Amino acid sequence: MRLITRKISARLSTRRRSRYAAPAVLLAALLASGGLYYALSPAQASKGDDASTIEQGRALFQVGCSSCHGKNAEGIMTAKGKQYGPPLVGVGAAAVDFQVGTGRMPLAQPGAQAARKKPVYNQQEIAALAAFVASLGPGPSVPEISQSDVDSADIVKGGQFFRTNCTACHNFAGSGGALPGGKYAPNLRGVSAKHIYEALLTGPQQMPVFSDGVLSRQDKVDIIAYLKKNQETPSYGGFTLGSIGPVSEGMFAWLVGIGSLVGIGIWLTSSSTRVKQTRKGDA
Amino acid sequence: MTDEHGGHALDTVEDEPIANPGLPEHLPRPTDVDEAAEKRAERQVATLFGLSALFAVLFCVAYFALDIGDNPDVFLGMGASTVALGGCIGLCMLSLGAGLIQWSRKLMSDHEIVEMRHPAGSSEEERAEAVAAFQQGVEDSGIARRPLLRNSLLGALGALGLPAIVALRDLGPLPGDKLAHTVWKAGMRVVQDVDGAKIRPSDMQVGQLVNAEPEVFFEKNSDGEPMYEGVELQQAKAKAAVIVVRMDPDDIKPWKGRENWGVDGILCFSKICTHVGCPISLWEQQTHHLLCPCHQSTFDLADNGKVIFGPAGRHLPQLPLMVDSEGYLVAREGFTEPVGPSYWERG
Repeated sequence: MRLITRKISARLSTRRRSRYAAPAVLLAALLASGGLYYALSPAQASKGDDASTIEQGRALFQVGCSSCHGKNAEGIMTAKGKQYGPPLVGVGAAAVDFQVGTGRMPLAQPGAQAARKKPVYNQQEIAALAAFVASLGPGPSVPEISQSDVDSADIVKGGQFFRTNCTACHNFAGSGGALPGGKYAPNLRGVSAKHIYEALLTGPQQMPVFSDGVLSRQDKVDIIAYLKKNQETPSYGGFTLGSIGPVSEGMFAWLVGIGSLVGIGIWLTSSSTRVKQTRKGDA
Repeated sequence: MTDEHGGHALDTVEDEPIANPGLPEHLPRPTDVDEAAEKRAERQVATLFGLSALFAVLFCVAYFALDIGDNPDVFLGMGASTVALGGCIGLCMLSLGAGLIQWSRKLMSDHEIVEMRHPAGSSEEERAEAVAAFQQGVEDSGIARRPLLRNSLLGALGALGLPAIVALRDLGPLPGDKLAHTVWKAGMRVVQDVDGAKIRPSDMQVGQLVNAEPEVFFEKNSDGEPMYEGVELQQAKAKAAVIVVRMDPDDIKPWKGRENWGVDGILCFSKICTHVGCPISLWEQQTHHLLCPCHQSTFDLADNGKVIFGPAGRHLPQLPLMVDSEGYLVAREGFTEPVGPSYWERG
């Protein structure tokens, strides 16, 4: 065994100056740290009854969330008085289901805005976290929206509400848009009906709240149905170029359209149709 | 100038120390000297023209064959008709153009022609002639000798301007004080746009945004007709649209005299940007900033709608709010200043 190790290390040492050595070591280190993280990250737990669900949520919260939101979800302030993690008392199960269910929480790294990514917790763990946060104070619960609700909704009215309330940030086709300071309104395509409803209800990050008291449940379902219908509709006019309006269309026209015309013009005038010129006077 | 004899005496100074190379030698094209190449070029051009005709026919076929409307044919998620029509007419034009260019480059005659530049102005004699002709005309007409004719002609030309003035009068009348007022008045309810839902302060949470309108747009008169409709509605709506937001009351810093303009942290502002009048509802609930997407003017709604960035020249007008006897949000009074962009009379 010792001999084999020595042999391997001798062989490795002869290759330590290879130009592949540094990338190989880097790759190995990355794989090792990633693997360790995967192995040591919070384990899955089984589903239990209500009190034990809350208890399980508390346990998950202590491990995954308390470093920013505080041990009892009371929030943490920095020494400069800025919010490190906001208090979660009273945000309700809907906010947890949205933030964790769309992968925005737990935060990968601090930044202008939490990005949508693959959820870290499974559905049962999200429900446990939501039950724990809901037990801290009254807040909106996770809405139930069935497919038949969406199918029977009034999409014309939904479109009017969407254009009045949503397009300012999320663009006319729900493609999202930029906000100041690196923040942005996300793309709405492919977001589930439940998550759209929860976002309207809880106002995540810079998004304003659209409570059921003013924008009723039926109004919200109408908006969701309009968005879904909009996504299903084929783009009659050809390529949408991301449905982000004149920016991408203008860029296409300038770079591809005018660019190729200029290119063809240069090619036509520079390429000769003459027979090869023989140099005179060289003899 | 070209030197055909070769060799220069070193001591003679020439007009052009470097000999004018003249025009490059005219060389024939392959199609001029090789009959096979000529035939090939001819076939290429004919093929391109044939393709152009083919795509023109395909355009017509696609026009009738592919369905549009409620149940359209779809191609790769796009409307098949649009793609086929555009593609066919594009390729039709492209083939035609490519054929014409190929024809002119390969087969049309290629004499090279030189055209020298000339001065653009007329010669001195021509100018003198023109001035003389004009003077002769003045002399012949006798305009200098007959002031009656001259003055009546000037009068007639002046009168010609009157029809223009009378016709363009239709552009008026001047807007008067219309720009300074909206339909808002004391006690008018603030309701949600689109469905006219009335708003109770308790319905709104901190961080909430409501795109709102005055209730009069949803009311009917005694004949059951809407109070405002059509162009009149659009014009009134363009000035009266508002946004209602609720913030933590501790975050709000009202100016003097505005302390009672809100209800428990609920404030109401004009939705019309004071720069060039875009409707704005892009509100960041955590920073309380309202951003106009047209030119990035940014208003701080926690600080009386003050401009904190961008080209807007004035703060966003605020609509004072209160609660009526039934518990709904109403305007305490109309806007205290004109909404929307500045205009001349506003000063």
